[in-house]
Amino acid sequence: MNIVVCVKQVPAKDAPLAIPEGAAWIRETDIGFELNEPDGYALEEALRLKEKHGGEVVAVSMGPERSKQAIKEALAKGAERGVHISDDKFYELDPLGSARCLAAAIKREKFDLVLTGLQSDDHGFGQTGVLLAELLGLPHATIIMQIDAADGRLKLKRELEAGWFQWVELPLPAVLSIQSGINKPRYATLKGIMAAKKKEIATLTRAELGVTVSPTQRIERIYVPKKTKKTEILTGTAKEAAAKLVEKLKHEARVL
Amino acid sequence: MDFSFSDEQNQLRRTVREFAAGEIAPHVMEWDEAAHFPAELVPKMGELGLLGVIFPESYGGAGLGYVEYVIVIEELAAVDASIALSVAAHNSLCSNHIYKFGTEAQRQKYLPRLTSGKMLGAWSLTEPGAGSDAGGTRTVAERRNGAWVLNGSKTFTTNGHSAGVCVAMAVTERDKGSHGISAFLVEHGTKGFRSGKKENKLGMRASETSEVLFSDCVVPAENLLGKEGEGFVNSLQILDGGRISIAALGVGIAQGALSAATKYSRERRQFGKTISEFQGIQFKLADMATQVEAARTLTYRAAWLADRGDARHTKESAMAKLFAGEVAVRVSSEAVQVFGGYGFIKDYPAEKYYRDSKLCTIGEGTSEIQKLVIARQLLGIR
Ligand SMILES: Cc1cc2nc3c(=O)[nH]c(=O)nc-3n(C[C@H](O)[C@H](O)[C@H](O)COP(=O)(O)OP(=O)(O)OC[C@H]3O[C@@H](n4cnc5c(N)ncnc54)[C@H](O)[C@@H]3O)c2cc1C
Ligand SMILES: Cc1cc2nc3c(=O)[nH]c(=O)nc-3n(C[C@H](O)[C@H](O)[C@H](O)COP(=O)(O)OP(=O)(O)OC[C@H]3O[C@@H](n4cnc5c(N)ncnc54)[C@H](O)[C@@H]3O)c2cc1C
Repeated sequence: MNIVVCVKQVPAKDAPLAIPEGAAWIRETDIGFELNEPDGYALEEALRLKEKHGGEVVAVSMGPERSKQAIKEALAKGAERGVHISDDKFYELDPLGSARCLAAAIKREKFDLVLTGLQSDDHGFGQTGVLLAELLGLPHATIIMQIDAADGRLKLKRELEAGWFQWVELPLPAVLSIQSGINKPRYATLKGIMAAKKKEIATLTRAELGVTVSPTQRIERIYVPKKTKKTEILTGTAKEAAAKLVEKLKHEARVL
Repeated sequence: MDFSFSDEQNQLRRTVREFAAGEIAPHVMEWDEAAHFPAELVPKMGELGLLGVIFPESYGGAGLGYVEYVIVIEELAAVDASIALSVAAHNSLCSNHIYKFGTEAQRQKYLPRLTSGKMLGAWSLTEPGAGSDAGGTRTVAERRNGAWVLNGSKTFTTNGHSAGVCVAMAVTERDKGSHGISAFLVEHGTKGFRSGKKENKLGMRASETSEVLFSDCVVPAENLLGKEGEGFVNSLQILDGGRISIAALGVGIAQGALSAATKYSRERRQFGKTISEFQGIQFKLADMATQVEAARTLTYRAAWLADRGDARHTKESAMAKLFAGEVAVRVSSEAVQVFGGYGFIKDYPAEKYYRDSKLCTIGEGTSEIQKLVIARQLLGIR
């Protein structure tokens, strides 16, 4: 089973995030980056499927030069090859733009399955996997908690709300968005890290992929939400105050 | 001059950090309180390659150098110094003595098991009456019927209870002084060999430190490690590398304490502000960070020298160990201070860094002994 896994590099969880005044993105100098955590689960699932069914795992990442590190981590953990879509302006893309670039790169591969994480820890759109499936014209399922592959078909356990699960079946090839927690990702071994040095990473650009994108959405500004507290004292007798409170809960807080 | 780490070295750091966060961090206080050495970590660390960083792949190692080894110890120590200490004794003392001075047969017999974590290693030089003055070793080994018979006792051996093999120094020719001490390989389960009292310690509590006792312990002739009479001299060379690992241990502890203090200073509010807004705290953190960086730079330079392999690095290793050890104690003490009363309390991380740090000015040669070593190098005293 040949599997493409999409991996994104995102700011490290403990990175102090500085937002320049009026900026549309955080200041990236002086912060560390890491593999998007949800993608780590997708990668682990890809490696396990490969170990069970044979084939190869190809890690695809889009971003500036530094994002090659996410691919290298995938190679260190056991992926065979990497594809880097080199793009310094990738953060300006909306999920549709990202999915278009990824789809164009993935179409060049011979694959049976494409895995993505459920969402990215930076933008958190949660759309890229779904759009990618549409652009590739393939069946798709989200929030996957278990994959059973046999005879060219997939039996999938999806997580629903409130502790409910759903089993669905799909034919291959397909695109899946993996839920975090589906497995326990392995650590890269020292040998794996050294072996990754010799593995191939192909580099492509948007121009080489022939993708032109016109953004359908634009980030105006990012900011840390301001906490506002408002205390109001309700006056009158206990009965009157209670009545006012009920009114407020109904019409202002809308919880009744 | 290039101070940057390679992509692979950065990846290694991330791997060890992830491993420590996932497998060690949740248990740190539990192991510390119970003085429990988590033997179950040994095969896991072996699988990752942390137990054979500096040995060639033909012995199951990773074929890397001291820079990578320092990265491993530093990152482990930032989370749990006890684990880092046990890994250091296993790697740069026991395994390295076998690698550097063992015969091919001895390397083949032990290194693959040590690097894979199937076996833990210990190294016994210190005795109750021979600490800083290790040349005063009393444990004896006598030749009898083509074998060696060991008698005596060692103290403060790291991994003394769990190790499958112990490299032990013993006197083979009394009147030859420091050229009359030899090294021996003694396997767990050998008749007449047992580990004695496990010490109850201030810090490094999850690392085993114990007595190792020999009474008419017979080992075959082939268990002599290195040339007869050269055990002590070889030990000094082993310590040149070992000290780099204790320096790394100090850097890791200091960094861990600094990170914890920095984070806390941003959260803790007094006088209507976070304490990080007080210049008194800012200057403290700035001093701590500067000391950590200086210790780190000395340590990586010693490691870099060790990797070049074209010169002895005795002086630089001793300097790194001396400085980083003292920095670990100072910085972790300041971290307790930043935490205020909570620094004194076991629910917060500062006090453990403080307790653990003190070993760094004692183990593998006290700070005073490092100064002796440095001065001898400076003055050309033999
Ligand atoms: C947790 C732990 C783990 C250890 N692990 C190991 C191990 O795995 N293997 C092993 O062999 N040993 C191990 N040791 C032993 C350690 O190396 C010794 O404790 C250390 O070398 C100091 O020896 P000592 O304790 O006998 O102190 P002493 O030598 O008695 O020193 C007491 C004091 O006198 C000072 N002093 C001594 N001589 C001089 C001098 N000439 N000039 C100035 N001052 C001097 C010292 O600096 C120190 O301050 C371990 C110790 C600890 C605490
Ligand atoms: C074992 C023990 C016993 C105790 N017993 C008692 C007791 O019996 N009764 C009692 O009431 N209390 C007791 N205490 C509490 C003790 O007095 C406080 O812990 C101490 O006053 C520090 O307060 P804090 O822990 O809140 O630290 P914080 O006030 O949060 O201080 C944290 C750090 O910030 C620094 N800092 C704070 N403000 C400033 C500033 N303006 N400028 C520069 N630096 C600043 C501090 O110096 C410290 O380094 C005890 C504490 C311990 C650990």
